[in-house]
Amino acid sequence: MPSSVEDLLHELAPQVLGALVRRSGDFDAAEDAVQEALLAAALHWPREGVPAKPRGWLVQTAERRMIDQWRSEQSRRYRESRALLQDTPRRAISDQDDTLTVLFICCHPVLTPASAIALTLRAVGGLTTAEIANAFLVGEATMAQRIARAKQRIKASGVPFRMPTPEEQAARVRTVLHVLYLIFNEGYASSTGRELHRAELSEEAIRLTRMVQRVLPDDAEVTGLLALMLLIDARRPARTNAAGDLIPLPEQDRTLWDQALIAEGVALVNRAMRNGAVGEYQIQAAIAAVHDQAPRADDTDWQQILALYELLEQMTGNPIVTLNRAVAAAMARGPSAGLVLLDAVDERLNGHYRLDAVRAHLLEMAGDTEAALAHYRAAANRTTSLPEQRYLTTRVARLLRDDRSHAGRGERPR
Amino acid sequence: MTRYLLVVNFEGGVVDTPMEEWKPEEIAAHLDYYKALHKQLVSSGELVESEVLAGPDVAKIVTSDGVIAPVVTDGPFQEFKEWLAGYQIVDVESEARAIEIAAKISAVPGPGGVATQQPIQVRQVMERAPSNVAEMEAFLQQVGGEH
Repeated sequence: MPSSVEDLLHELAPQVLGALVRRSGDFDAAEDAVQEALLAAALHWPREGVPAKPRGWLVQTAERRMIDQWRSEQSRRYRESRALLQDTPRRAISDQDDTLTVLFICCHPVLTPASAIALTLRAVGGLTTAEIANAFLVGEATMAQRIARAKQRIKASGVPFRMPTPEEQAARVRTVLHVLYLIFNEGYASSTGRELHRAELSEEAIRLTRMVQRVLPDDAEVTGLLALMLLIDARRPARTNAAGDLIPLPEQDRTLWDQALIAEGVALVNRAMRNGAVGEYQIQAAIAAVHDQAPRADDTDWQQILALYELLEQMTGNPIVTLNRAVAAAMARGPSAGLVLLDAVDERLNGHYRLDAVRAHLLEMAGDTEAALAHYRAAANRTTSLPEQRYLTTRVARLLRDDRSHAGRGERPR
Repeated sequence: MTRYLLVVNFEGGVVDTPMEEWKPEEIAAHLDYYKALHKQLVSSGELVESEVLAGPDVAKIVTSDGVIAPVVTDGPFQEFKEWLAGYQIVDVESEARAIEIAAKISAVPGPGGVATQQPIQVRQVMERAPSNVAEMEAFLQQVGGEH
């Protein structure tokens, strides 16, 4: 399929779904019908050309499928209980409103994050169930069931197809942003070969966040999240080596960073922080921007990063943020300044591998190799993330090698 | 969602009698129990994969140095009880849910309808993604580098 047709279908998918749900009131059936209409378009349009009104074509095709579906399989009682056309006020509703309303439904708090992610990718992203299953490394049947159950759950809880009220809006936008962030997260560490289908998840998250940002340009956290994604994604070409292993920031080849994405991200975060209340995503984006604007690792403004983490810590009270603050403190003022901060969260993060990982780094900085090794190993044994485990194991191997060569000793068994 | 591998070996739990010596209705009850559990996990969308494996009689061990023809032997294998008999991969919300499913597998009825109490290993499948982008980024900000 030519990418222009594919892009068009991705853009139109949530609008068509929105139009159908608004008319029929049945999210479940509408979603199935839209999937079929998208498949039909993907089949016909590249050969026969894109119709003059592609959106109208899709709405009409999906609507016919829906009616066929009802005629063929639903009981008479069911048909009578639901009028195809609901009495909804015929006010002008923009396509963008529909897209956003669909997104709000897919990220509704009645759904678990995993269900919301799957449903969002299918209903708003226009991805097929097989594509989503692939990206999440589960069977297609498993993913199909998860999507079906998510739709049943929405149906059962009677979530209305409308924009949240102004009072609900802030909390609901937060849920949407969280889901988009999780999608971005899933694609973060992958960039090569067999991991490609996962890297596309990050692109999809960015595309969807752009869409939300176009509709809610004045929401500073939406802008902040988009900036954060762009500023992190700008480093993608430099973040992994050919084997797919993570490369730490100071070792990354900064000439590979995408300067256009950085410029866009920096402009967005500046704009977001000028307007309105400062939120978590904006601060994280601001931190990413400081890194991205340093031509060399040594040029990094750690004082500013430290100040931003302090702000983030006050805002969230999250002990994990304290770990990040400890790293920044160590970089700005030396390892002992960081280690002191770690002692303060020892109790709250007891046994958490991230505490071991950060402590290991700071001990390494302080030159205490033995203690650093013990904490690196503890962290590597406890993490359940493959890229993190590879990274930590490599640190252990390096430290052992350097230790040997510095001590002038020969090979020695571990 | 997190994936877990649930592994069952040929370790019989509290049951010593080989299955061929069970009463036919006991075997039927045993298999029906598995079938019902399988159906539940499919409909909840949690089952990713489930397989039962053939035994040691048809198993091979392959070793190769990548240069000459691989060496294929019929053993040696570990003790029969330690043999992998089958596994399920489930994709669930929490470790607690994985343990709950494992407990159901372990409680499969044997002779006399008594739970076999076969030991089930619960092994988390590693994630391909970092646990959190922001944390991983902070993590990668470390001094690091070749010393």
